[in-house]
Amino acid sequence: MAATTHDVHDGHGEHHHGPAKGLGRWLFTTNHKDIGTLYLLFSLLMFLIGGSMALIIRAELFQPGLQLVDPHFFNQMTTMHALIMVFGAVMPAFVGLANWMLPMMIGAPDMALPRMNNWSFWILPFAFTMLLSTLFMPGGGPASGWTLYPPLVLQTGDAFPFVILAIHLMGISSIMGAINVIATIFNMRAPGMTLMRMPLFVWTWLITAFLLIAVMPVFAGAVTMLLTDKYFATSFFNPAGGGDPVLFQHIFWFFGHPEVYIMILPAFGVVSQIIPTFARKPLFGYHSMVYATAAIAFLSFIVWGHHMFTVGMPLTAELFFMYATMLIAVPTGVKVFNWVATMWRGAMTFETPMLFSIAFVILFTIGGFSGLMLAIAPADFQYHDTYFVVAHFHYVLVPGAVFSIMAAVYYWLPKWTGHMYNERLSRIHFWLSVIGVNILFFPQHFLGLAGMPRRVPDYALQFTEWNMVSSIGAFIYGISQLLFVYIVIQTIRAGDKATDQVWEGARGLEWTVPSPAPYHTFDTPPKISATNAHG
Amino acid sequence: MSANNGYYVPHQSIWPIVGSIGLFITMVGLANMLTGAWNATVLLIGAAILLFMLFGWFGAVIKESESGLYSQQVDRSFRWGMGWFIFSEIMFFAAFFGALFYARQFALPWMAGDAGRLATHEFLWPAFEYVWPSSGPGELGGEFQPMGWWALPTINTLILITSSITLTFSHEAMRHNQRQKHINWLALTIVLGLIFLGLQMYEYVYAYTELNLRLETGIYGSTFYMLTGFHGLHVAIGAIILAVILGRSLRGHFTAERHFGFEAAVWYWHFVDVVWLFLFICIYVL
Repeated sequence: MAATTHDVHDGHGEHHHGPAKGLGRWLFTTNHKDIGTLYLLFSLLMFLIGGSMALIIRAELFQPGLQLVDPHFFNQMTTMHALIMVFGAVMPAFVGLANWMLPMMIGAPDMALPRMNNWSFWILPFAFTMLLSTLFMPGGGPASGWTLYPPLVLQTGDAFPFVILAIHLMGISSIMGAINVIATIFNMRAPGMTLMRMPLFVWTWLITAFLLIAVMPVFAGAVTMLLTDKYFATSFFNPAGGGDPVLFQHIFWFFGHPEVYIMILPAFGVVSQIIPTFARKPLFGYHSMVYATAAIAFLSFIVWGHHMFTVGMPLTAELFFMYATMLIAVPTGVKVFNWVATMWRGAMTFETPMLFSIAFVILFTIGGFSGLMLAIAPADFQYHDTYFVVAHFHYVLVPGAVFSIMAAVYYWLPKWTGHMYNERLSRIHFWLSVIGVNILFFPQHFLGLAGMPRRVPDYALQFTEWNMVSSIGAFIYGISQLLFVYIVIQTIRAGDKATDQVWEGARGLEWTVPSPAPYHTFDTPPKISATNAHG
Repeated sequence: MSANNGYYVPHQSIWPIVGSIGLFITMVGLANMLTGAWNATVLLIGAAILLFMLFGWFGAVIKESESGLYSQQVDRSFRWGMGWFIFSEIMFFAAFFGALFYARQFALPWMAGDAGRLATHEFLWPAFEYVWPSSGPGELGGEFQPMGWWALPTINTLILITSSITLTFSHEAMRHNQRQKHINWLALTIVLGLIFLGLQMYEYVYAYTELNLRLETGIYGSTFYMLTGFHGLHVAIGAIILAVILGRSLRGHFTAERHFGFEAAVWYWHFVDVVWLFLFICIYVL
């Protein structure tokens, strides 16, 4: 009875009662696994909605001229696609993975603050209902791009306060989620699970949570100033009153740059779990991985100006932001080196999680290199606001963040459901994805270098061929994700029984519990020693 | 089940979803008010639901705490949670302080032709000279007088500092199990907080009527009201939190060893106090 964490009337130890029945289970749940599932399913839904918007964009851009949508609606699509993918798909997916895996990886019975955990999730469906509803309002949804620069964004119609307040809701959700992650990792580790024995996914999430708490409130402040500028005649971004629209860009990117690391650090963590498993070797350079993650997080706070090279900053600022940005390549290089060194002379097999992880390492590195090109201030004057930028950040976000999420789902799905996924189908999904995504985004480098601006519904004739190629890639990639949905549903409903360890080379606490993981794990904290620790 | 064994994981809770619905209705109500479509009814309904949620949720937590379900470890989770929540609040204020510094250090001097920004100055506002406080080259909001730091704001500063001291006395009394003393000092702290808020409201009325210093008075009015306004809101929240703690103390909650509910309120109050000191220096004095 002593270590029973929840049901004080239950003396049977193992036979804790399972989940509640019906819809109430999902609405009122405090269970980290339920909440993780909710996050992941919500993220998948948003991924499909945001993806459909991307397909509308690519369909319009298949050829020059205006075919399908009018320019204003096109701008709403680019804006909503970004907001939904960033705040609705990628971030919730990682929070979902954190919910499922963090307690199991550190030997905790649940997240530290379980009720708040529920609230963090259940704010999101309401926030995105608000955001999506703006598409049907007079004047349409936001069409300023996700960066919401004034004065353009202040021209939004009735949708404006709904967008701002939806962002506030997302911020509240993220901050509570991050606080929960920090409290869990600092306070709920099993005895012996020292910080330097934590799996890398836990480490990267800990650092991500700090980033979230530090920058989401700043974003909230920025959009609050937009709101008062529009409705209460303040002058934060109005030069006539002594304000400055560039001020918004500074505040936005002070949030925005750490935000992009919020979307990639957990991805680093996922890949650092998967590669050792399938290379059957411990992670190379565990300590340097931790320090590199922390270094990247620190640098993320002092590089925001590289988004604003052409806005008219003093030369000293241009130089500072340029050099600081290039510095990020060092810890990132350490990481890529470590992943490759982990695979070096490993006994490798190429199951789907590994395939996605290897693709991540290669394709994310391409995105990193194009980022270095953009970091060079004088060169950026040429690339700025072209499709080169679009290609760059999609390389780090799609075959970067999204591929790592796919890898994580394939990796842990057997643990969640107790069933193996269909390896053959999932490999088809991988190859369609990896081919589709490169056909989709690689030509955008050429378009950008040739001078095609981003956020345009129509373009000059010489850009036609590569746009057609890109659009074809978009539909290959987009439609192949339906296969992913099918595979996941199929795995949940049937499939071969998964063993507890699932993968031959898997190490770490989550593989010591049964598959599917019981509703409550680690009511009694496990003992961790140097030998059964993951790092 | 004892206080030191295991980690209390609550079963199921209706309060988070009630909170989400409350937040949603509040936000939709507020958005529709801003567009001019609705009056305040929906907003108030949402706020009422949120209030109901807060009562229910905190009520449940207090009941669990008083019945001894929380171990030391649960207590530590609350500490981490409150600490980082306060940090997130600091970053929220940082955005507005950042706006103030940027306007004073960069935007306004540049508009006046500083740092080689001659074209902006020559072509757009050749007559503009930088002085602080400023309502910008357009002199939005008309003629105004700045809010001085002497008298009212200084008195307010002293009041808030005093309230932090009285709260520390209250905390000390709690640690030494002197409940009546604890309650007296706590009540005095709340009264000081309310006096601060009253004076702040008086200052706003004075600024609007006598100084013509308004929200729309350019960047000066914007930053002045945004920073002092959000700070005032936080003082009000802090006072409400302390009032709830007072009510709990009167009912005999807390012990000399375990009183994190009270400590969290103390942290929050000190945070609000420190923000005010920055604000007093940056907004009123400098």
